[in-house]
Parts: sequence; structure tokens; C-alpha cells
Amino acid sequence: MRWLSDPLLAVDHLSMRFGGLVAINALSFTVGRGDITALIGPNGAGKTTVFNCITGFYKPTSGRIALAQGGTLERGAIEALTRSGKKRTQGVNPELFLLERMADHAIASEARVARTFQNIRLFPGMTVLENLIVAQHKTLMAASDYSLGGLLGLAKYRAAERKAIDLAKAWLEVVGLVARADDPAGDLPYGAQRRLEIARAMCTNPVLLCLDEPAAGLNNRESAELTQLLRGIRAQTGVSILLIEHDMSVVMDISDHVVVIEYGVKIADGTADEVKSDPKVIAAYLGVDDEEVAVAEAGSVAP
Amino acid sequence: MGAPADALKKALIAGLVTLGLCFPIVALRTDANFSNQLVLTPRWGLTFTLAAIAAVGVFLISLLRPAGFERATPKRALDTAPPHPFFRYLPRIGLVLLLAYPFLALAISASGGPGLLKLVDTYGIQILIYVLLGLGLNIILGLAGLLDLGFVAFYAVGAYSSALLTTTFGLSFWIVLPLAGILAAFWGVMISLPVLRLKGDYIAIVTLAFAEIVRLVLVNWVPVTGGYAGISSIPKPTLLGLSLGPEPGSLTSLLGIPFSPFYRLAFMYYLVLALALAAYWATLRLRTLPVGRAWEAMREDEIACRSLGINTVATKVSAFAAGAFFGGIAGAFFSAHYGFISPKSFEFLESAMIVAIVVLGGLGSMIGVVIAATVMVGGTELLRELGVLKAVFGPDFDPAQYRMLLFGLAMVMLMVWRPKGLIATREPTVRLKPQPTRGAPAVSAGE
Repeated sequence: MRWLSDPLLAVDHLSMRFGGLVAINALSFTVGRGDITALIGPNGAGKTTVFNCITGFYKPTSGRIALAQGGTLERGAIEALTRSGKKRTQGVNPELFLLERMADHAIASEARVARTFQNIRLFPGMTVLENLIVAQHKTLMAASDYSLGGLLGLAKYRAAERKAIDLAKAWLEVVGLVARADDPAGDLPYGAQRRLEIARAMCTNPVLLCLDEPAAGLNNRESAELTQLLRGIRAQTGVSILLIEHDMSVVMDISDHVVVIEYGVKIADGTADEVKSDPKVIAAYLGVDDEEVAVAEAGSVAP
Repeated sequence: MGAPADALKKALIAGLVTLGLCFPIVALRTDANFSNQLVLTPRWGLTFTLAAIAAVGVFLISLLRPAGFERATPKRALDTAPPHPFFRYLPRIGLVLLLAYPFLALAISASGGPGLLKLVDTYGIQILIYVLLGLGLNIILGLAGLLDLGFVAFYAVGAYSSALLTTTFGLSFWIVLPLAGILAAFWGVMISLPVLRLKGDYIAIVTLAFAEIVRLVLVNWVPVTGGYAGISSIPKPTLLGLSLGPEPGSLTSLLGIPFSPFYRLAFMYYLVLALALAAYWATLRLRTLPVGRAWEAMREDEIACRSLGINTVATKVSAFAAGAFFGGIAGAFFSAHYGFISPKSFEFLESAMIVAIVVLGGLGSMIGVVIAATVMVGGTELLRELGVLKAVFGPDFDPAQYRMLLFGLAMVMLMVWRPKGLIATREPTVRLKPQPTRGAPAVSAGE
């Protein structure tokens, strides 16, 4: 129950409207520090929209998304920051961020929320290693004195680049792609591209890793490997993981906490076992559990 | 059906098609005589010659390449085979040739070749200006993937700002050169601001419009720019404060050697060569810096860039500023070298030429830019004076008039053969495993 006792991210009455369509309606949930949280729901429930709001690709119509770095998210502190009108706190522990007020790249570089995409978004023409170096843009940019020192070939930048390569190599070892480091990322097989995208997200040194359907298109063996990989990443770095997934075997196997949404509204929230037996979830996934309709259909369809 | 029979059939069809096409265009020629009557001149000989050329050409091509023109597919690199030692020394050989070029030109023109001015100015300096421009656009279009159809605006800003600063305030070329680059970079930032919210084709339209605005301002702001008359008598660059002209007090008179236009020409050649090499080196460096990698990553996937914390606004602005800086430097050199500028030199055709250089060379490839600039600029000039074509098409054929046609044909064929440009392979900016030393044996005998 870490999502109640020690939350890292709190989504509070989040709403997103596209014209007349309400994609998310007053959705609230929390993500526990160090948890693997799954966000599930039928197709079109608004899961990816939630992701896009958290990572800043959409500006939510209303609601609040608060994230704490290095400590527990306190309600009082969030309220104080909200009233101050600022985007984030400076120099306090825990550091607080209001993601709905921040730009997408700032959410990635300052609040340290990394994400992957439903349809893989690598840099296909660049090599595997370069993909991981690009992810360390913020550190390297500072080391190159915003290009001036780097242009003059200062040793400081060269040392920073070497460190970046070492970090990239470490992640390549985790995802088993060292041998292909110098190949174009677009040449990798599908499963390897998925793993590379996760490694690239981890190279940004995130506190929260958001994975949009990481097991999509993987076979059973690859899905099992993915679960292993995610568990390993969490054990090694302590990163909290929020994932959208349709593969229920992966979700039930890996998640500490499952949030179920349907039509942009939360219908269940709890451990995997609690959610599995929730009648509303079963109805959402298996169809309408309406007595009358069931009876009527049984009467007409049954031979 | 055998290959020769198939080729024969194709040749026959090609010949007939050519005949059909040529019948109204070539075979029947109408001329107005002195009493203004149209006289029909049949030209059957020429028509059949053209048809025969087409048929024989198609026959030979189908024999050599029965499958027709396939699109070039990237071959899997077989890294095991080491490149020929010649390629290892190619960059050094090229550099030595570039450095020795004015003297080679001197030798060629002395032994009865084309004039020295033509050799050094047209084939040397002009190509190098386009290399500089191509390298500038290569950052915006080749690396950052922003289709800028108005690159000539930066060239114009550089040329006019340096010309105005030298003629109005009497500033030295050496002070004005970086200033022109900075002013053009400032323009790059200005242009990038409306572009930030746009994608792909829309960027092309906005940059095109911006270049037109710049040109129209140059044409219509007569008190400052002189309108169509342009700005003339722009002072030439000096070497350590000494001029290279014929007047007293110049470097030649101080050294006590007779004046020759060759000195100034060679000086300008080395100056633009140094600028082009500096731009090449800077681009090489920038590619391995986080900005350069961010440019390339943005070309590949902008959304992924943002998810990794890269500020794409700053990245786009920096790409435009860096590219425009090179364009401005090229403009400053251009105005100082020719001593005269007018809006005529900064029309859309120039932008198209620079885009063609970058695309033909292969997006992002710097060697490609150099080769394409040489071929495009040198090629059009060379076509102007190909006497061989006169022998084929008759004595009243003027190659200068057809050069754009031939040139377009060559470009179409090149794009069919190599759709990704001359240099389609991308050199990674960093490697985990060091590349096997070029030219060294890849596998030792013991293995």
C-alpha cells in the first residue's frame, strides 16, 4: 500500500477535453515510490491521454499532477506550491513539481519523468549507442558549456562524454544489446527496439518511468523477459514504474498496484488480486453484466 | 526470349517513340522568310539520327542491365574487407591538391589552357563559396531536417551587411567578416521563431516567403541598398593591412615585385578555402557535441527528443543560427571578392541551387556537399564550353543554351540511381568499438 503511505506522483481530478469529447474526467490516483503501477482499461479508455498529460505532451483541461523527488509527497506542501503559482520548489527536500504547469522537455529533464511510446520512437538512423547518448543531453550540454567549450575541445567535455558512453554501455549490458551498439537502431528486431527504448529512457536517470504498452507485439517468451527486465531495473535503480499494458499476464505478474479506467473515469484501484475480482472491472472487460439484456439474449440466441 | 531479343524489342519501341515525339517537334521546322511567310523545312535526317541514338542507347542499356534501373538499396556493409590504401590517403591527397590548385591553374593557363581568371575564379573560388553555403544549409536541412528554401536570405544579409559596413563606416573586411556572420545568425534566429510551430512543408513555405521579403527589401529600400543598382566599389580584403592591388603602397610594390592579378586571385582563393575548411571542421566538431546530436535526433523524431528532455525550440533556433552564420560568412566573402552586389545575386534560384547541392550530396554528408557543389557549379560551367556537343548536334548548337537541360537530365538520373544522394551512408558520431584501422589488414594471420 505504498501508493497511499509513500506516494511519488499524485494525479488529482485530472480532466482532458478535446472539443466536446471528454477523454478523461476527474481522474485521481497516486503512484507509490518504488512501485510498479499498471494503468489498464479497455481500448479508448484514455490511458495514453493520461500518459500524455503526465509527460506534458498534452496540457490538461483541469486538474493537478504533482511529483516529489527524494521524499514523500505531502498534501500540505502541494497546496502551498499550488497557491504560490510556481511550477516547482527550489532547493528543498523533497523537491516538488507541478507537472501540469511544466513544458514537456522540462518534465523530462527537471522533474525526471521518462517515457516510452506505444509505437516505438527511436532515432532509427542513429546508432544504438548514439540513441543512448542523446538521452544524456542535459548532462553533456552542461559539460560542453552549451557548445562553446566543446567546440574548443576542452578536456572537461571529453571526460563527460566518456562517462556518458560508460553509462550507455552499462544499460546496453542490462538489455543485452552491447554487440549491436554501433548498428543503426532502425536495423534492430522489434523486441530489441522495445528494450532499447526502455534503456534510452533509463539513461535520462528518471525517478518515474512511464511505459506505454511495453509488451505490445512481443511473444510470450519476450514478454516474460520483459517482466524480468523491469523487475531488474527497479531492483537496481529504485525507479518507480507506471505502465499501460493490455497483456494481463504481464500486468498481474508484475504490478504492485493496478488502476483501472474506463471512459476516462477510474473504476477500480488496488492490488492486482483485488482488481481481478472487482465486478466493475470484469464488466468493463468482458461486456455488460446487465441481467435483462443477458436474459433477453439467452432467450433469442440459444438454440 | 533471350536477352538480346528482348533488348532489340525494347530498342525498337524506344526508336519508334522517339520518332513519334520528334515528328512534330524536330522533323517539321517552320521559319519565317523575308516576306514574313512561314516556310516548312523538313529535317528528316536529324529526326532519324535522334531515333537511332535512342534505339541504340536503349539496346545497349538493356543488354548491360537487363533488369532496368533498380533503385539503389543500401548494401549491408561488409566491414571485414579493408578499404584500398588509396582511400586512406585520399583526404590528404585532396587537401594537397586544393592547396596547390592556384599554381596548377597557373601552369595550365600558361600551357595554353583556359584563362587563369576562369580557372581560379570560376572553378576555384565560386565552387568554394557554394561549398560554404552548402555546409551552412547542411546544418539546417541535412542535420536538423528543417527544409529551408530561403537559405539565400542569410547569404544576402551577410553580403549586404558587410558591404554596407565597409562602404559606409569604412570598417575593415576582417572586422566585418565575423560581424556579417553574427548578423546573419541573428536573422536565422528571427526566421526560426515563426518556424518553431510548423512542420515539414510549412517550414519550406515560410522560409521561402522570408527570403522573398529580404529580396524585396533589398530591391525597394533604395536609399540604403541602392535598389537594383546594388552596391558597388566594395573594398577588397587586405593582407595584414596591405592591399594586393596595383596601386603604390600595396604589398607587391613593397616587396618590389611586379604587380600581377594572380596574387590577389590566389589570396582570395586561399581565404575562401580557409573559410570552407573552418566551416567543415566546425561542423565535424558540432556533430559530436550534444547540440549536433540533438539536431540529428530532432530530424529523426522530434517527439522522442522532447520526451528525453531536449528543448526542441532551442535546438531549432541553434540550428538556424549556426547554418545562417556560415551563410553570412559566405555572403561577406562574396561581396568583398566581386566588389559589387545587387539583388540579382540573391534570387530564389540560388536557394534552389544550395538545396540541390545538399540533397544531391546526401542529407547530412559533408563530403557529399563538397562533391555536389563541385559537380553542380563546375559542371554547369563546364557544359557551357563543351565543343564535343557541337560535333553531335551540328555547328549551330550552342551548349551554353542547353546546359540547364543537360544538367537537369543528369540530376534526374542521379536521383534515380542514388535516391539518397551521392553519399548515403552516415558516419556515426561515436563508436563503442573502435573502427578497424582503415587500410590495415582486418584479420591477422593467426586467426
